[in-house]
Amino acid sequence: MATGVQRATQLTIADLKGRVDPDWCPGCGDFGVLAAIQKALVELQIPNHNVVAISGIGCSSNLPGFINTYGMHTLHGRALAVATGLKLANHELTVLVTGGDGDGFGIGGNHFIHTMRRNVDLLYIAMDNQIYGLTTGQTSPTSRIGMKTKSMPFGNIEAPVNPISLALAAGATFVARGFSGDQKHLTDLIKQGIEHKGFSFLDVFSPCVTYNHDNTYQWYRPRIKKLEDDPAYDATDWTAAIEKSLLWGDEIPIGKFFERTDVPSLHASEPVLNEGPLLHRDARVPAEITRGFIEELM
Amino acid sequence: MKQTFAIAIGGAAGQGVATPGDIFAKMFSRRGLSLNAYNAYQSIIRGGHTLLTIRTGPEPVTNMGDRIDLLLPLNQDTMDRHLKLLRSGAACIYNADTIKPGAAAEGVQLCPLPVSELADISRNKVAQNTLAMGAGLNMMGIGFAALEEVLREQFKKKGEAVVEENVGVARAGYDYAAAHFTPFPNPLPRTDKRYAVLSGNIAMAMGGAAAGVKFYCAYPMSPSTGVLHWMAAHARKAGIMVRQVEDEIGVINMTIGAAHAGVRSMCATSGGGFALMSEGLGMSAMIETPVVVIDCQRAGPSTGVPTKTEQGDLWQMLGAAFGDYPRLIAAPLDIADCFQLIPEMFNLVDRFQCPGLVLCDLLLSEGRLGVDPKDLDFNPVIHRGELILPLDGKGGNGNGASATTASNGDYKRYKITESGISPRAVPGVPDHIHTVATDEHMEDGVLISDEFTNPIKRRAMMEKRMRKVAGIEAAVPPPTLRGPRVADVTLIGWGSTKGVIEEACELLNEEGISANQLQIRWLVPLHGEVILELLKDARHTIIVENNYSGQFARYLRSETSFVPDGNIRKYDGEPFMPHHIVEAVKEQLAGKTKLSVPMHEIMV
Repeated sequence: MATGVQRATQLTIADLKGRVDPDWCPGCGDFGVLAAIQKALVELQIPNHNVVAISGIGCSSNLPGFINTYGMHTLHGRALAVATGLKLANHELTVLVTGGDGDGFGIGGNHFIHTMRRNVDLLYIAMDNQIYGLTTGQTSPTSRIGMKTKSMPFGNIEAPVNPISLALAAGATFVARGFSGDQKHLTDLIKQGIEHKGFSFLDVFSPCVTYNHDNTYQWYRPRIKKLEDDPAYDATDWTAAIEKSLLWGDEIPIGKFFERTDVPSLHASEPVLNEGPLLHRDARVPAEITRGFIEELM
Repeated sequence: MKQTFAIAIGGAAGQGVATPGDIFAKMFSRRGLSLNAYNAYQSIIRGGHTLLTIRTGPEPVTNMGDRIDLLLPLNQDTMDRHLKLLRSGAACIYNADTIKPGAAAEGVQLCPLPVSELADISRNKVAQNTLAMGAGLNMMGIGFAALEEVLREQFKKKGEAVVEENVGVARAGYDYAAAHFTPFPNPLPRTDKRYAVLSGNIAMAMGGAAAGVKFYCAYPMSPSTGVLHWMAAHARKAGIMVRQVEDEIGVINMTIGAAHAGVRSMCATSGGGFALMSEGLGMSAMIETPVVVIDCQRAGPSTGVPTKTEQGDLWQMLGAAFGDYPRLIAAPLDIADCFQLIPEMFNLVDRFQCPGLVLCDLLLSEGRLGVDPKDLDFNPVIHRGELILPLDGKGGNGNGASATTASNGDYKRYKITESGISPRAVPGVPDHIHTVATDEHMEDGVLISDEFTNPIKRRAMMEKRMRKVAGIEAAVPPPTLRGPRVADVTLIGWGSTKGVIEEACELLNEEGISANQLQIRWLVPLHGEVILELLKDARHTIIVENNYSGQFARYLRSETSFVPDGNIRKYDGEPFMPHHIVEAVKEQLAGKTKLSVPMHEIMV
């Protein structure tokens, strides 16, 4: 991902504090994601006016209001489409997309798949809590079978989507999973995702302390196992990544599942952008070219 | 009555109707003749029935007209369907080997071509088309050189042998007609004018390029796909990023994303795709990021008749997205206007930071018109409004907007102003960092919707946005009356019916019924007071529109309480022909009805 060549004098965590404090419930996993994003931006020293945080709608989608970068708090499920347009118009910007599992895998599922196959150069962080929070606790696309919620009071009977396998199948060139309760590890994954040139998908377990009493910090801690701790694991091996993505239950892998660097990003594939960002182009098409457009019709 | 000449070429889809159509169009426009082409077709790639009508003449031709002078049926079906439309003085050229004529009206010249004698049909599968073009040209009184020139261009890529073959076959048709058929009495003249022949879709795409559009995206949908095709084919030359997107929801959101980064962004669709875009339009209005969306209307509801025309999306436009917000809606009046409207719309949406909607229809989108190249101005005025852009590395922004201005961290994206317009900084500008939100927000962009919702602040922001409406009204010119101030009948139309109503007025005047025309281009803002003033002395008012319920009539009534004396409506998928309007006016002036629904006589 283009990080902008110029470095701010010295970007600090304080510089990245938003105009208002987060209004998430005390203990919400989203605090950890916000903190890790801020740490990653400070460690990478990306000028905050060159960063755009784009979200959909939902608890986690309020994030752009809580960080001092440019932000767009868009429509439910549409953040990736908005982000694609923005990135293509000015590919020098660093684009972070954040949102929840309902926003990204439910209402926004179509854009999720197509943004991955296009390899748009941005980092998409799904703050996955397996529940709809802002609408006060309904089943989400990642809720487990049997989970009881207000919308499925007798238990969910629909199989959940596996975001990691889906991302791998859709052609994402960077696929990782983090845990809001492990800041150091999560910050490192965010840094890698920002620096990856192409679409980076980061699914983050971000527990909902109010509505999801199944997938809690205490439930995750004994189960998660870092892929980085296995010296034999090769994150360039797509088949191995698929196999790991299927693990769930007593052992849940987190870390970088997969990365490939041989696929050019969307903006790098389009010759129209060879001369630099569209934003800096002259509005006028040169007269010798427009004359040709009319002559074709005569 | 001015001199016009109409050729109709009919056949099954895939039989090669388009090529002779293109060749005739080129010959006419190079002769300095105006032309209008309309293709009646169906949603089928091979088969079905297609009828292309090309009407030409030395004076501006604005619509398909009432009369076919020369029919070229490429199959029996076309002969059976349309021979009966021909009136005295018309002619029909056909392949005598494969097509049997039916009964023709008196004075219609039947011109059978012995195709297998004149050409080697085993080698040249479209020989009948080429022979017919040559024969037709001879009867119109145009020299063979005109056809030879166009054929040479047309087949150049296929090699010298193919060129010679086609020129030879055309020549044989030309000579055969000279020996056997009676030419039309008034040869088509030559003028000094020069025309570019283009569709409304190409015009809107080129208008976008002229306006400085740098981002265009779409999902294919008839009849808007031509805009995508032109944009895609010319993207690299024009420096435009063109993307095909997974659906129209993605389209509008991508368009807004690119616009938000600071470039002019546009998309086009038809009614069904537009329905999917409506939530996005609300976002454009709420975050105050300007975009232009084109809706090429087709016959609805639902999938409807994808290849047929209608003016049925007006209320969808008026009601698109929930809540109140400023918007602009305009319907181009003809194909040249399809071009000119786009830069005009962009200047307005950039100035007022809201969505602008272009309400086109299949008739203009896919119809073709000879346009004076001077009317295709690639140097229109460009005003980006109160836009703050980052510097490019070269010390400028190259985009005609204000350069970065220093801010002491007190920049408010939604600053409350008298005009309702707040200076817009785009991402990348130092010291102007802010977040835009589809939630209601304060001047600095911070949400008021989640915590401590504040009715005073909400009201202030609503009023700020809606104050732009007054500015928009002042910036857009009101409509004017065409023809005498007072007439026996005043015909009111909107958008694409301009040409056909104009001609109906001329025909009525020739018959001693004075007629004038009020054609509406800007639907929002409507300028209702001006319209009432213009219609105040009208003796008999009739609203003409291409839909069932009188969508414009209902809108005009809702805005002004104005009720016309009568309505002429058509909702069979085909456009109005001048005589439809003339006959309806006469029956209404005679007091026979207040609602006329003309029957389309051409079965396509």
